[in-house]
Amino acid sequence: MKQLLVFIRKEFFHVFRDRRTLLIMFGLPVVQIVLFGFALSSEVKNIDIIIYDNAKDVNSTQIINKIKASSYFIMDKEVTTYSDIEKEFKKGDAKCALVFPANFGSDLVATGKAQVQIIADGSDPNIAKTVVNYITAIVSDYQQEINPAGQMQYKINPEMRMLYNEEQNGSLNFIPGVMALILMIVCTALTSVSIVKEKELGTMEVLLVSPFKPVLVLISKAVPYLILSLANFTLILFLSVYVLDVEIKGSIFLLFVESTLFIITCLSLGLLISNATNSQQAALLLSLMGMMLPTLIFTGFLMPLENMPVPFQVISNIVPARWYYLIIKSVMLKGLGFEFVWKETLVLISMTVVLLSIALKKFKIRLQ
Amino acid sequence: MNSVTLQNIKKTYDKGNVLAVDDVSFEVKEGELFGLIGPDGAGKTSIFRILTTLLLADSGSASVAGFDVVKDYRAIRNSVGYMPGKFSLYQDLTIRENLQFFATVFGTTVEANYDLIKDIYEQIKPFNNRRAGKLSGGMKQKLALCCALIHKPNVLLLDEPTTGVDVVSRREFWEMLKKLKMQGITILVSTPYMDEASLCERIALIQNGKIMSVDTPDKIIGSYPVDLYAVKSENIYKLLVDLRAYGEVASCYAFGEFLHVTMKEGSGAEQIEKYASGKGHQHVVANKIEPGIEDSFIRLMSVRDATKS
Repeated sequence: MKQLLVFIRKEFFHVFRDRRTLLIMFGLPVVQIVLFGFALSSEVKNIDIIIYDNAKDVNSTQIINKIKASSYFIMDKEVTTYSDIEKEFKKGDAKCALVFPANFGSDLVATGKAQVQIIADGSDPNIAKTVVNYITAIVSDYQQEINPAGQMQYKINPEMRMLYNEEQNGSLNFIPGVMALILMIVCTALTSVSIVKEKELGTMEVLLVSPFKPVLVLISKAVPYLILSLANFTLILFLSVYVLDVEIKGSIFLLFVESTLFIITCLSLGLLISNATNSQQAALLLSLMGMMLPTLIFTGFLMPLENMPVPFQVISNIVPARWYYLIIKSVMLKGLGFEFVWKETLVLISMTVVLLSIALKKFKIRLQ
Repeated sequence: MNSVTLQNIKKTYDKGNVLAVDDVSFEVKEGELFGLIGPDGAGKTSIFRILTTLLLADSGSASVAGFDVVKDYRAIRNSVGYMPGKFSLYQDLTIRENLQFFATVFGTTVEANYDLIKDIYEQIKPFNNRRAGKLSGGMKQKLALCCALIHKPNVLLLDEPTTGVDVVSRREFWEMLKKLKMQGITILVSTPYMDEASLCERIALIQNGKIMSVDTPDKIIGSYPVDLYAVKSENIYKLLVDLRAYGEVASCYAFGEFLHVTMKEGSGAEQIEKYASGKGHQHVVANKIEPGIEDSFIRLMSVRDATKS
């Protein structure tokens, strides 16, 4: 037991004395959270908009002012002919245009119905859709304002909110994916590298010719990374809550339990890789290329799994991160309890058991 | 009583394509300082790894401290001290941390066997807090030896401990080995340096995976069958070419500033001098000398090559 403790302490020395490991360990989560949270956000801001106002009456001006006041639009152009709109679109100076017909205000007052035309640059469908939604929302907002309280004179009230990314928070869906990705990289890569390092430096040779049981080598390698990964997980949670304003809806305890399980899965994978390789580069390459890409693609947080061809959907089932992603999404974002994620948990447990037993069985007690 | 025995050990790599150890048998007696002498690639490290149970031999049997290397591999791992050819301690741990780590791994403490490592450890103790990766070659070897000794092993297996170490440190290292031997520890050490052979009690000369001779250094030198001459002149290279062309010369090779020459039956130093002077060499000197281990090694090698072809 004392041997194990000393071994684990030694592993911590290794980690804390190697700046690169530390950087990967704790720099990566920060960078990824910031990247995914801000840079890759799906929100659309600062859209260039053109106004073609044929009416120039009170109502149209009021709507234009509302758009001006919104932080989503930049309005620096007004055009006087319809064809100018297309010119601006072609130059790339605008993403959308709002056209008021000549008798916009009088129509509205007289008939209770009026039309505006929203033209959006469809070459970027996502942005176009978002923009149309934004403007429709502003217009409908205006409609409510001009309605006298209690009277529904104008009954056009489009249901916007579902489409409208209510909280304007784009980072929400990325967080569980980023968690899976980071834990996968940190646990798998660092564990495999740290074992292969012993082989490469020859220290494994000395360790093997000692009373220390080879299996204990694996355990004492895994324990420090388990602890560090949990610290890492805590860091990611903190960043999500305090930097990205993501609300944790479910039980934090459950999150930690599920994450520990996933970390052990990753550690087993790392141990397995370390058995198969003999150089740090090979181990790193295998764990980064072999683990990161499948995690990115088959987890479903960058692109929906449902849109993939069936063979890919089948493959995605053997990617542990996919199941972890489902669990975290359910617990953290939807606030669901264990009774809703026990199936995924069971899948992860069985994966871990299989991987770990292969890793232990395959561990070489000799050099060849 | 033998501490280490090897019987007809054979080891190949690459699915039998590379023969590393070819039918090797020898014994190391208890308390002996035994040297395995041979050039790089002779199979020394393979033999060490078979003895330390790190590799499995293709055929043959071996035992260390009375334990079979296959059956009782666990017992061997518990009891021997092993120092691999490559520096194999943690470079990012300090001297003290390395020592304490290995002491704990072997289930003991630095203090428990301090008297055994004291002489060696005292030399590196001033650098206790320096990381192993920042030590000089000689200090690394001393630290590695300390770590290999920390659990008071009966048998010490040292794979090329003096390779890449300066002359002074090498000499110090051999002094340490002699002291350890006096404490009753059996030591099997390998080295590519022929001059270190005479520091061992018995040696085995190994080449291309085959043991050529096992005996005390004196006996190996004493069994050199012919007279050996050291020859030199103004132009040593031309002399080498000329002597090799001379029908009376059996062998001739460069050795430091001299050529070492053996003659066929009945010839002596005078013939060499006469022949060389006849070829126009100035200041020819030819003296009969005592052969060294290297001469024996070269002779054994050429004899083997001759019988093979």
